[in-house]
Amino acid sequence: MNSLRRTDASLLGLLAVLCAAAFIAPSWLMSLLAVALAKGLVALGLLLLLRAGLVPFGHALYYCLGGYVAGLGTPWLGIRDTLLLLALASLLSGAVAFAAGFLMRRYRGIFFAMLSMALSMILYGVLLKSQSLGSSDGFTVARASFFAMQTAGVGAIRSVYLLTAVVTLLAAWGVSRYLTTAMGHVGPAIRENEVRVEYLGCSPSRVIHREYTASGALAGGAGALVAILVGQVDPGMGFWMTSGEFVFIAILAGAGGIWGSLAAAFVLEGIHALAFEYAPQYWKFVLGATLLLLIVRFPSGLSSMLANRAGARS
Amino acid sequence: MSSAPLLETRGLTVRFGAVVAVNKVSVRIDRGDVVGLIGTNGAGKTTFLNMVTGYLRPTGGEILLEGRSTLGRSPRELVAHGMARSFQVPQLFPAMTVREHLLFALALADGSAGALLKPLHSAQRQARADEVLGRFGLQAIGERPVNLVPQGQRKLIDIAMALSLKPRLLLLDEPTSGVSSAEKMPLMEVVFDVIRASGVTVLFVEHDMDVVRRYVTRILAFRDGSMIADGAPGDVMRDAQVASAVLRGRAPAALAKAGAA
Repeated sequence: MNSLRRTDASLLGLLAVLCAAAFIAPSWLMSLLAVALAKGLVALGLLLLLRAGLVPFGHALYYCLGGYVAGLGTPWLGIRDTLLLLALASLLSGAVAFAAGFLMRRYRGIFFAMLSMALSMILYGVLLKSQSLGSSDGFTVARASFFAMQTAGVGAIRSVYLLTAVVTLLAAWGVSRYLTTAMGHVGPAIRENEVRVEYLGCSPSRVIHREYTASGALAGGAGALVAILVGQVDPGMGFWMTSGEFVFIAILAGAGGIWGSLAAAFVLEGIHALAFEYAPQYWKFVLGATLLLLIVRFPSGLSSMLANRAGARS
Repeated sequence: MSSAPLLETRGLTVRFGAVVAVNKVSVRIDRGDVVGLIGTNGAGKTTFLNMVTGYLRPTGGEILLEGRSTLGRSPRELVAHGMARSFQVPQLFPAMTVREHLLFALALADGSAGALLKPLHSAQRQARADEVLGRFGLQAIGERPVNLVPQGQRKLIDIAMALSLKPRLLLLDEPTSGVSSAEKMPLMEVVFDVIRASGVTVLFVEHDMDVVRRYVTRILAFRDGSMIADGAPGDVMRDAQVASAVLRGRAPAALAKAGAA
């Protein structure tokens, strides 16, 4: 079986397990998994940029934007359907990322990271000062429907969880396919030798722009899913610490492929939940120490460990 | 076909502060020419190449590709107009294998979105990469990571990538630098076999006068940023200025023998 088919089969298998969990797992676990999957969705977008050697320290901008679009879609536009809200959030976040991309594509390294953070802090500042959007408290997101069916309680959590699983694994499938294409190899080539890429007739800036736009759309979708799941949005979604969490997931994941991104999101959320549950006074210390150990143990990210294991098996 | 020369520079100049690295160089290169660019270190040869290929912006003068100005054009745009180059230090991708370099160059040479969204390792592209590997004698090291490949073959990969773009004008920056004396001629034979077969026009910077003498139809000689001679190889190498400022006793073996006789 070639690696693409193996990836497809593994993604289908994971989807089956996640779907089965929807009917066994308690609601708190479904919520936890849904948030982990949504962060995995952001990490998949960051993977595209990380492969090109770019670390965006401001993707909370699109995550937050997606959350607010999903939250405002019902009161402002009368959209109640979750899928429509998700599509709208992704499209608008992608459009904003496209516009910002004209600026971002000109920068590399620390300048790219800091500029992206600056953009996200602008949104954070605007939301913080917007009384009509609830200022620092944010606002409650109206309960959305699925294909005109209103769900509530565990049913609502299950629906959003299942949708998040499907959307994230579909995105993972798309990203895994993209990474095998010639276009998908341009990112790593840019990281290694941008001058040569240019002299092969390809514009590194345009490729970075496309990937930045795609990653913004994915982050926006993730923000919408979390907003609908939690039922609340606030400016904290756009704060630099949220971006830092995404960067942390991306670095823990490494640039090796989709599995690292998904695994890192699950690991981070899992450690976060366990540390908070069993050491509420020291959860930040436990989280930090565990993550430090993981990074020391796997300096090239979890994706390298997963790739080595897959290589050893085949 | 346009009657304009393939490449023309008019009064091309670049200054770095008080230093004039290239001073009012006017050159005309016609289709089918194989032009050697010679000069001592610091004569402005690579700087000239960097300006022609869009890497460096001139401070004066004009560059015309098939009669159209290329000033302000990016290297990517010049590639689209049929220009390709190799580098003095091969510009490769350390994480890729030799084969992947060619697959990548072939994919980008296609240029269309459809081609770029096909798998890099598609069967059709693999067959084309095999063909290029064969022409450059690189089959045996096709699967080797490029950072484990000796310098001579790294040069070949760099040139093979440039030629995969099917350029009309190929610029080679010191194709034999860093290559052992024994490897130089075999390397150039491989390169020029492909060049002759493709009919591409070539401008190449080179220090080895035997290599220059053997392959070029014309020589441009630079000294201190200015062009001091332009003509047939024999004429340029007998030129007094070139002999004293550039060759300094390094006349090609064939020419030295002829002189002695």
